[in-house]
Amino acid sequence: MKTICFYFEMHQIFRLKRYRFFNIGTDHYYYDDYANETAINDVVERSYMPALSVLLEMINNSKGEFKVALSLSGVAMEQLEMHAPSVIDLLRKLADTGSCEFLAETYAHSLSSLKDEDGFREEVKRQCNKTKLLFGKMPKVFRNTNLIYSDEVGSMVADMGFKGILTEGAKHILGWKSPHYLYHCNLNPSLKVLLRDYKLSDDISLRFSNSEWSEYPLFADNYIGWIDALPQDEQVINLFMNLRDLGISQPLSSNILDFMKALPACAKAKGLTFSTPSEVVGKLKSVAAVDVSHPLSWSDEERDVTPWLGNVLQREAFNRLYSVAERVRLCRDRRIKQDWDYLQASNHFRYMTTKSSGIAIDRGIYDSPYDAFTNYMNILGDFINRVNALYPEDIDNEELNSLLTTIKNQGEELAALHKEIEILQTRTIKEPIVNSEEVVKGPAKKKTTKKKESK
Amino acid sequence: MKVLMFGWEFPPHILGGLGTASYGLTRGMSLQPDMQITFCIPRPWGDEDQSFLKIIGMNSTPVVWRDVNWDYVNSRIGSYMNPQDYYDLRDHIYADFNYLHTNDLGCIEFSGRYPDNLHEEINNYSIVAGVVARQQQFDVIHSHDWLTYPAGLHAKQISGKPLVIHVHATDFDRSRGNVNPTVYAIEKNGMDHADHIMCVSELTRQTVINKYHQDPRKVTTVHNAVDPISQDIMEIVPKKNPKEKIVTFLGRITMQKGPEYFVEAAAMVLNKTKNIRFVMAGNGDMMNQMIRLAAQRGIADRFHFPGFMKGKQVYEVLKASDVYIMPSVSEPFGISPLEAMQVSVPTIISKQSGCAEILNNCIKTDYWDIHAMADAIYSICTYPALYESLKVEGKKEVDNIKWENVGYKVRDIYEEVLKKY
Repeated sequence: MKTICFYFEMHQIFRLKRYRFFNIGTDHYYYDDYANETAINDVVERSYMPALSVLLEMINNSKGEFKVALSLSGVAMEQLEMHAPSVIDLLRKLADTGSCEFLAETYAHSLSSLKDEDGFREEVKRQCNKTKLLFGKMPKVFRNTNLIYSDEVGSMVADMGFKGILTEGAKHILGWKSPHYLYHCNLNPSLKVLLRDYKLSDDISLRFSNSEWSEYPLFADNYIGWIDALPQDEQVINLFMNLRDLGISQPLSSNILDFMKALPACAKAKGLTFSTPSEVVGKLKSVAAVDVSHPLSWSDEERDVTPWLGNVLQREAFNRLYSVAERVRLCRDRRIKQDWDYLQASNHFRYMTTKSSGIAIDRGIYDSPYDAFTNYMNILGDFINRVNALYPEDIDNEELNSLLTTIKNQGEELAALHKEIEILQTRTIKEPIVNSEEVVKGPAKKKTTKKKESK
Repeated sequence: MKVLMFGWEFPPHILGGLGTASYGLTRGMSLQPDMQITFCIPRPWGDEDQSFLKIIGMNSTPVVWRDVNWDYVNSRIGSYMNPQDYYDLRDHIYADFNYLHTNDLGCIEFSGRYPDNLHEEINNYSIVAGVVARQQQFDVIHSHDWLTYPAGLHAKQISGKPLVIHVHATDFDRSRGNVNPTVYAIEKNGMDHADHIMCVSELTRQTVINKYHQDPRKVTTVHNAVDPISQDIMEIVPKKNPKEKIVTFLGRITMQKGPEYFVEAAAMVLNKTKNIRFVMAGNGDMMNQMIRLAAQRGIADRFHFPGFMKGKQVYEVLKASDVYIMPSVSEPFGISPLEAMQVSVPTIISKQSGCAEILNNCIKTDYWDIHAMADAIYSICTYPALYESLKVEGKKEVDNIKWENVGYKVRDIYEEVLKKY
């Protein structure tokens, strides 16, 4: 019996403002608040609210038989909390139905899985905690930024205790194999891999409203018919897309939501079910391992990481950014940590792409890839200066780390000693009859501990 | 197909971009095997490259009948024209021009430049064109820039062949809005009576449509291209100081080129960094003003005015540069950024330049946006990845902009015009 697994990504970046080189060192605020607020309101109004309401309605109408998975990047959650708390409420309602699963992903929607393992782990952990805080459940299945996956990423994710991961069913990886089965990571068989059916996913997210498409207009019964016509023993059809495709890429006027609404009934008529990724991972058995030596993603024709790291500009910015990763982790400056989250978003690198993918890309305020690079590098220049100003640059990270631990340990020790003094002092106050000899003992004791320390 | 072209400049004796463009275009068109081009210029010097077209000197075309022998004609004009052409042309003198000042061959003298009596020269050029049009056989007339529009019109009236005019610039570009009414009248008259108008950029096309009130259907954009650079220029080894970056502006220092924006941007950059030098090469009526401005901003020690450059010198300066900048206020096309990109120099151009329409691998800013300009200069000098990317991709891009393709486009326009005619 076949099952359909729906997953939607929700992500919004903090857009950067126009930042000239002469701002470096004087202006440490990098974001365009107005653009951010406008953008988030726009996407909420045109896509998130109507689409999520429909998903909730679908779950309720089908008595929980329709199931869906969502993931929110940490930065998106922050933005929604700030500008559109109603979306958070709606998501909570969805979570309460029990038919909606929240997946783990990177907090900053970053590419850290390709470069900075420690940062990656930490980031995912934070996103999971925030998801649990907001929606009450700890995610079990992971999806990486832009569905980036490789054997190394898989083994890292398995190490972190996830049971499954979502990625693209890219042709160059699968060859003759079908994406309609469950696979596992070849470095760690305990991690199951769900592969996106790009044809059926793109039919909805990319082509639905295209009147030149041969299948236009697409109806739910046709669509379910295609799935039903797939070979009998195929197990799972993974439809992964961006939530903003419902409403923005495919405008509401194209009746995309009515199409969605009709899906559960049509599926039921053909005996198809819906599952969340966790259920798929739990129920199905993996048929084989997937070998992915080079990272793949769900973007562009090549399905690799070239949309973000394809040209020299992107790689330079990327390497420059992660050159300070360790320092940022060492520091405890909250504003730096926050900027670090916002600057890592993969979208910033996407703006610098020089590939022509046939689909026009939205570069935001930037005229050209060069413009995007210049602006980002200026901001990064200022950011790196701030990071470097925290600790002297000539100390290497390891040394710095040990120094910081020493300082921390000493701090703790001092605190402990202070406590001890307090206790002793209260005791002396309580026992005023004791002669002066005993009172002197307090500081004397402290001296000896200090000596120990310096040894 | 035979084309009669009227132009004002032809390399190697050129005064501006018009000559370069005329040469490139005719050269690109000549790659079509059945294309025959006759190019009229006021004054040939004898060292023009005539391997792919035929040049007629307007100063060697008689308008008054003189009885001169072959040897004498040969000694006078033989270096650039077949004396037989002289006699053929002499057979087509169409009126009595004895009242004009003519020389011993019965020809009118031309300076071939842009003298004070330019309007008189234009008029004379048009008179001579009458003789040429009567003698030559051709299918299409092609006039380059306003100086030759009257000649083209005259030739059209005589021969009944269609006239295509090529707008390399309009007076709106040259004067920043303060249009000379006489020039405007000549331009407008030429456009009104032309069968088709080719503009070097969409920017110019819009000017032609909106300011000269032309029918958009009659106006086409034909972007310029560049000639591949020669081997000896490629081999120039630039003298570079690895510790310093050089930002270069090359061109006439006049209002149209926006030099003051360059100085202001330079001042902003130098406020922040010190290892960059700025060069403003060229001459012009705003030069002294610019020197004063640089001094006022306190950057004179890093801002240099080497004066007018020509030929190989241009490439020596370009090759030593790390950034080429053209902040033109209004540039119909602007071929110099393409030349800079050919020698692998990252380029910043204003969005108000025609060449911005076809270039992608360069940085484009508004001419007035000195912040963006300063930012771009700083970034190229500071981020090696950006420098490398612009250098490599820019060269790749510009090497694909060929006159040959422009030639085909022009050919298509001729065919269209002839079909309708």
